[in-house]
This record gives sequence, structure tokens and C-alpha cells, in this order.
Amino acid sequence: MKAFTYERARTPAEAAAAVARTPGAKFIAGGTNLLDLMKLQIETPRHLIDVNGLKLDEIEKTPDGGLRIGALVRNTDLAADARVRNDYAVLSRALLAGASGQLRNKATTAGNLLQRTRCPYFYDTAQPCNKRQPGSGCSAIGGVSRQLAVIGSSDACIATHPSDMAVAMRVLDAKVETVRADGQARRIPIADFHRLPGTTPHIETALMPGELITAVTLPKPVGGFHTYRKVRDRASYAFALVSVAAIVQRDGRGRAAFGGVAHRPWRVEAAEAAMPGGAKALADQVFAGAKPTHENAFKLTLAERTLAGALAEARA
Amino acid sequence: MKFDTPAATNPIDQLKVVGQPADRIEGPLKATGTAPYAYERHDAAPNAAYGYVVVSTIARGRIRSLDASRARRAPGVLAVITAETAGPLDKGQYNTVRLLGGPEIQHYHQALGVVVAETWEQARAAAALVQVQYQEAPGRYDLAKLKNAAAVAPPGFGGPPDTARGDFDGAFASAPVKLDATYSTPGHAHAMMEPHATVAAWNGDQLTVWTSNQMIDWSRGDLAKTLKIPKEKVRLVSPFIGGGFGGKLWVRAEAVLAALGAKAVNRPVKVALTRPVMFNNTTHRPATIQRVRIGATPDGKITAIGHESWQADQEGGSSDPHVNQTRLLYAGANRMTRTRLAKGDLPEANAMRAPGEASGMMALEIAMDEMAEKLGLDPVDFRIRNDTQVDPEKPHRPFSQRQFVQCLRQGADHFGWSARNPRPGQTRDGRWLVGLGVAAAFRGAPVQTSAARVRLEAGGLLVVETDMTDIGTGSYTIIAQTAAETMGVPLHHVRVRLGDSDFPVSAGSGGQWGAASSTSGVYAACMKLREQVAGKFGFDPGQTAFQDGQVRSGGKAFPLAQAAGLVAEDAIEFGKLGEQQELSTFGAHFVEAAVDPYTAEIRVRRMLSVCAAGRILNPKSARSQVIGAMVMGVGAALMEDLVVDKRRGFFVNHDLAGYEVPVHADIPHQEVIFLDEVDPAASPLKAKGVGELGICGAAAAVANAVYNATGVRVRDYPVTLDKLLAGMPQVA
Repeated sequence: MKAFTYERARTPAEAAAAVARTPGAKFIAGGTNLLDLMKLQIETPRHLIDVNGLKLDEIEKTPDGGLRIGALVRNTDLAADARVRNDYAVLSRALLAGASGQLRNKATTAGNLLQRTRCPYFYDTAQPCNKRQPGSGCSAIGGVSRQLAVIGSSDACIATHPSDMAVAMRVLDAKVETVRADGQARRIPIADFHRLPGTTPHIETALMPGELITAVTLPKPVGGFHTYRKVRDRASYAFALVSVAAIVQRDGRGRAAFGGVAHRPWRVEAAEAAMPGGAKALADQVFAGAKPTHENAFKLTLAERTLAGALAEARA
Repeated sequence: MKFDTPAATNPIDQLKVVGQPADRIEGPLKATGTAPYAYERHDAAPNAAYGYVVVSTIARGRIRSLDASRARRAPGVLAVITAETAGPLDKGQYNTVRLLGGPEIQHYHQALGVVVAETWEQARAAAALVQVQYQEAPGRYDLAKLKNAAAVAPPGFGGPPDTARGDFDGAFASAPVKLDATYSTPGHAHAMMEPHATVAAWNGDQLTVWTSNQMIDWSRGDLAKTLKIPKEKVRLVSPFIGGGFGGKLWVRAEAVLAALGAKAVNRPVKVALTRPVMFNNTTHRPATIQRVRIGATPDGKITAIGHESWQADQEGGSSDPHVNQTRLLYAGANRMTRTRLAKGDLPEANAMRAPGEASGMMALEIAMDEMAEKLGLDPVDFRIRNDTQVDPEKPHRPFSQRQFVQCLRQGADHFGWSARNPRPGQTRDGRWLVGLGVAAAFRGAPVQTSAARVRLEAGGLLVVETDMTDIGTGSYTIIAQTAAETMGVPLHHVRVRLGDSDFPVSAGSGGQWGAASSTSGVYAACMKLREQVAGKFGFDPGQTAFQDGQVRSGGKAFPLAQAAGLVAEDAIEFGKLGEQQELSTFGAHFVEAAVDPYTAEIRVRRMLSVCAAGRILNPKSARSQVIGAMVMGVGAALMEDLVVDKRRGFFVNHDLAGYEVPVHADIPHQEVIFLDEVDPAASPLKAKGVGELGICGAAAAVANAVYNATGVRVRDYPVTLDKLLAGMPQVA
């Protein structure tokens, strides 16, 4: 860890302005990811702006019948919220599939969206990694890649996004509310929030420098059967090999997003018309153009079968 | 005390304290966080500076330049020590690879130096400023490619590398039913909770290290040898250890660097390895490739059994004896075992819980399952048909005790084995595919010389001192039970002090020998103390009873406390009983596993181990040992895997997020049954160890249950879902 300075911000606009004015500054909320990365010098902010006091920890109804989740709502509280459990069960399940009770108590809604990848080469600062050190190369390509992306990857990066929550947010068509350093607010659809790696894998989201997430909004409930299936090598406390967030209506139509397969939650809306035809029909379209490695090609089969399991659960 | 004839009736047989499920006597200290572990010895070494280890970021080559000037100028830094500045160092007898690398680099994350600073954060930040330029060299990292160049392994603690009896080739070729299968096991990390940690302080030329180490005397000697100072100048203290599993049998880099750092800054220095460094810096259980061949008659009598293993290690390294259990476990007139060791450049391989058998049983016990199926026999029955009561390689040697068949029968009965469908992939419970698996457990019962000192203090308190360690196993408690039983006092009248090189040299904790050996040493010292006490009261020691704090003979009685001030020291020295007879521990593992038919996720539902391991000194701590080992077996079966980057030569998943071990949710229900057994040939307490028995075979029982559930046979561990998917039922 490198020495850093620290301040507490009082308002979102003030926090955004403070980050914009201080080179090498970062926001810190729960710190469950950032502090680990700082200890390993994967992140080396020179200044931290603590946003925990911004009072962005309310969950409230929106005028259109949806839900507005403050950026600082803790994962535990979000998963336990009765409105979330009733109307957005996929989100509650996804949250509870992630991390541990202790981490969820600390981790925030915005921070969860901003998690960095768990690619082992990203975590080893002795290894080339375009995400950690742009232009240094990707040591995962041709290396150990069982956990890594099968689709949407590039010659520069085959990392995955590790969040469970974000996969559920994607299937729920969430929007990310932000405020910029100049005080302007905007809403970014979750589909546009996380980027594919392309040639700039170190740029992971659509956020501008200094832009602060203030809330995540969910549209009004869509009903249906909600499930989140997370598949991994042990029963708990591991990142997904593959996960599926699915909402299935009585008539068999629905939506599905996949985790553990790409640099962002992976959803192809155009393919969802095929859902009544079964998992294979949908997965074939969702994963068209996939470029797995020889170590992780099984994820394509696994994703389809996990979806099949989810659909069977919905039918049961 | 010599132990060269089987134990007769002795004070231990009263079983007033020994054999009782006593709580850990040091438990309250651990539960309240007041047991001081090595890194927390502020009391013993106040004002310690902090060391942070600098490690190599290449696997093999040389340092071209190492520039520590920025680190030396960094805030709080007191010293930077590298091979260039450390002065001449030797290598420990038990280390294969030098603990301080440079200029030659022998493996990834080999220590290159230590930065000592006022605070840990300063040391860590400064360590990142050390600039190293390397000349990389190609290395050998792929066991499959190294296999054919492997040589006969040098003889090690497992005996000769190769054995043969009868005509294996001929008998196997002509066997009516045969199996020839190859298995692989990956490298495993000890991944104990407490990392390697040491506080070092010098007083003149006298070095004291408060460290976390399983083998006090070995490591005292090796630390002295490494630093080129006399052994007498080193005191090594390790009373509490947060897990070891073989990873702390040796001196490791942090102890050497703490000593060098403390010398350089002339004050105590503490060094701990960080978790991401432990996997490549320290030792690991080596990966194996194993070929098992079994030939049998149609009625299931083994006529030929052969087991070959391949592993790789650094130049000068030793091999794990993966084939040893195959020499002893099943009958068969024609047999062969071979151990091959290739030279490789991954970090040093070395002992981990049941080195040899743990990996060897992973292969052999799948092979037995496969062979039973070929024969159309129940796998429990097939094993029973091939039981032997003598060493099958040396039939003049009987087993001192061998209740293997009883373990299998009682386990099968208790577990509900008869419900198992011999046709795999046929049994459902709701959505889940369900299967049952069995495997043998087998581990030798080695013993080592072990000494102790006992002292009667005022008020009748009995103090036991020995350099034996408690690595979470329960040594404190069984030693206290032994002393209490022998001297006729209640458990709470005994104080046990362990893990200090000022105390008599014990067997230490390793190889499953600790419990039987160290309690025997304490027994020997107590028997000597009894003689002294009897003498003091004018009694004939042979006619004196020690009971309830009283010393009685011929109608006279004195309180034991009246003998306060007496001190006795003795060692147990084991004779040739273990050569004349085979001393081993046995068991049977039963596992029920369920597999999700969609995703092939594997969930162990319940496990049972039935063990026959001599007298169980404390059923509670022994059970803890076995269930812990079973958990490790589940890890080995389903997830543990040091994944090698074969281009760059290192274990990639070098933290506890990447190296998965079972979590609570993976282990729903475990049961252990100890068969009633005493083994007078094993030790004066008629006891053997159980610390390693429980891991031997456990992984294979899981793998066999997964096979029974799915019909997919996986021969390359770990058995992960990707290896099952192709054989899963069609889903829509």
C-alpha cells in the first residue's frame, strides 16, 4: 500500500468535485475491494474521498412504481428489503449468492457494480496485464483461463466481471444515476454501464473521471418467476464459473442474463424471444460468436445447462 | 525407557483420564484470543521492527541487478538485507532450495531479501521500491512432459523406491480380469490458517526465535546451520501453532530473514509471509501421475497388483512414497511398486499431511472401485476378499493389529451401504443424482524417540515440559491426560509446557507419529518420577500405587504433594517391534454425494469414517483430527488444485480466493467411529496416531460416490463439474 491522503465528503457534488480536482483520487465506500487492491498495489490512489457520509443509503419508491436504491445501500440491506424480496427476487438471490455475510454488510450497491476482475494475472503485479498496466500485454491469454471470459473478450483482455448483483441488475433493466464534477446528473442504462475490454480493458465503465454513482433505479416490477443460479466449484464463497439471472413468465417468455462469461453481465435481448423454445434455442443465440479458450469452453455447455435448470425450476 | 517388547498391563490401562473425551486444556486460551501466536509475541520481544519479504518475480534465472537504494531511503526503513549483504549462509538439512535466493533464482517467489522498517506498512511500501532486473532462464514445469525423463527416486522416509515380489508382468498378462488405468493428482497447498511467522531477537550471539513450527529440534538445528552458528546458540519457541499440515516441519524464509534483520538493526524483528506469497515461496504437496494395474481371478482374488508413480521436484529434492500403501493393503502373490522422480523447477515439493498415502490412495482406491465393477463385485466385498493379515511383500511379518475388514463391515452396516445401486447414474433424489462411494483408509504408524521432563511442584502441581508441539491436534491435552493417569492425579493438576527448545527433545508433530511418541516419552518420564517418589517414601516402586493424589504401599499412604521438588526426565526409545511386525492404522470411508443433473455441481451429503488405530487417547480430539482430515479429503477430491502456468513456472491461484478449500457449506454431515482396539506393540500407551489416517482414501471415496451417482469416471483430480458435463443426462 502506498501512503495516501483522505477526506470525507458531505454532498455528492462535493465528492465528485473533490475527485476531479485531486489527481489520483478515488472514492471509497465499503472498501471491500479497493482496500485489498491497494494492499497489493494494484490500485494506488494518492487520495481517498470517503463517500460513506453522503446519506445515499435509502431505498425508495419511484413515481413510476419502480425502486430507487441509494448508492450506499449495503448489499445485506438490499437483499433483505421486503420490496426487493417480493418484486425483484432475482436481485435478492444474486446478492446472497455473493461474498460472505461480513462482506455483504460492508459492500455497497455502487461499489458492487464497480468491482474489479478476479483474473489471477490481474492480481499478480509481477505479471503483464493490460487492465492493470495498459500496454503490458495479457498473460491470461495462453495461460490459465478456466475462470475467464468466453465471449466479448479481445486480444487485450479475457477477464470477467465478478459481480452477481450486476447480472441481476442487467436482467432487471436497471439504470445507474450519477453526478458529475460539474454537478450535472445523468442516468446510464445498465446495458451501457459496463464496457467490453476492446483495446482499453483498463476502462471498465461508462463513468467519466470524477463521476459519482448516486443511485441505481429499477423499473416497475415485471412479475414472473425470478431465479439466480450461480455455479461454482464449491458451495459458497467463490466467484461464479457461470451464473444465470432469469425472469420467466407463465407463458414461458422471459429474460436471462449471464455472469462469469464476459467482461460485463451478458445479456442479448434479441435472443430472448427464443426462451419458450428452451435453453438451447436461447443460449445458441446468446453465445453466438463466443471465443472460449480450451480451458473454459465448458462454460458454454454449462451456461446452457444452467439456464435449462433455471427454466425447469420456473416450470416446476 | 526402551520399548522393545509389547506393553504389558501398566498404569495407563486404568483409563481414568486417558481415553476420556477431555476438552482441550488450552481451549479457553484459544477461544478467548489469549493464546499468543508467534507474530504476537510483543510480551517477549517488545519494540520489534517489521520485516517484509521481497520475492522473485521470475521462476528461474539470475539477478542481473538489484537496486534497493530507493527502498533504503523510504520513510521508516531501517535496513534492507539481500543475499549480497546477508553474509555467508548455508542451507538447512531439511531444505531442498535455499531460503534466500540470489543471484541464482530457483523458483517463483523465492525470497530475495527483507526490508526492515519501523512499521509494517512502511516495510511493505518500501519493499515495492526494490528494483530487480533478471536474466530469465527456461524452466521445466510440466510433469506430463517430464515424466519420461524421470529417474528412480532416491530412498527416503518411505523406504526403497521400488519393490517387487513374484512375477508381476506374467501374472498381470495372464489375469482373467484386469485393470490398467492412469490417474493424476495436482499439487496441493497446506493453506493453514496461520501464515509462517517469526519474531527474532539477539542477545549477544544468542538468538531466540518465537515462531510457528512443528519440529522444534530439527528447525533449531537447521536455523543454526543456515546462519552458520552453533545449534546451542539458537533457542526456538513455538507453543501455539495455527495449523501446519507439514508446511511448518521446516525452517522457512521468514525465520531466516527475521534473524538476519534483527542482527542488522540490533533490535527484535518480526516477519510473516503474506498469503499471496505462501503458495510459491513455501513447500507444497507435489502433483503426481500414477499408473495402477490390477489383475484378478473372476471370483475377485487379486493375482497381480502394480502401482507406479511419477512426480517432479527441484534438484536434490525427495519423493513422496505414493506407492507405499499398495505394498501393504491388499493380498496378491505377484506385485510391483515403482517411484520415479523427475527434476523440475516449480517451487520445492515436500511433505503435506500423509505424504505419499494421501495421493497414492487417491489413485489406488479409485482403481479398486473400477476393478470391483469389472468383476461385478460390490467394492466393499472385493476389498474384504483381498484382505491380508501379513505384509504381502514379506509374509513372515504379521500386522500387529489389522481390523480393516471390521472397519469395512461396520461402516457398511452403519452407513446403509446395502441401499447402494451398483449400476451408476440410476439413483435420483428429486432432481439430484445420488451415489454412494467407499474407500479404504490406510496409514503407517511410525514412532520416534521422544523425551520429556516432569516436575512435582508445591501443592502437588505436576509440570510437564517437552519440545513437542500442538499444531491444533490436541497434544497439550493428551500429554496432560498421560501424566495425570500415570501419576494418579486429576487432569487439572497437570500443567503442560510445549514447543521450546529449552525443553527435552520430542518426536515433534509430523508423519502421524506425534501422539503415540510424545505421550510415550511423557509416560517414561512419569514412570521415572514414580520411582523417585516411591524411593522418597521408602516404598518399593513395583508395589506402589499412585491414585487420587495419594501414594500408597503396604497399607501406608502419603500425599503425592509431599514429594514436591522432585524432577524426572526420560525418553522413550523404540526398538525393533515395528520391523518384526507391521504397525499400521486402518479405516474405511463412506460417502454419499449428489450431483446436479443440469450443472454437474457436486455436493457431498454425508461422510462416515470407521477407524482402527490402536487405543484412542482422547476420543474428542481424535475425532477432530479425523473429521478435519476428511474435510481435506473433500478438498482434494473436488477443488484443491495448485494450477501451474506452464509457460512462466508458478502456481497461478496463489491466494485463498483462487486456491479453494471446502467451506462449511461443502461439509454438511460427518461421522467418525473408532473401533475398540489396543495395540501393545505400538507404544506403552498401546496407541497409534490418527492425525493422517482420515485423509487417506477420503478423496477416493468422494470420487467413487460421484461415479456411482453419475456413471462418469474421472481419473484426473480434482473431480470438477467440467469433467462430468459430457456424461450428464440430456436436458431440455
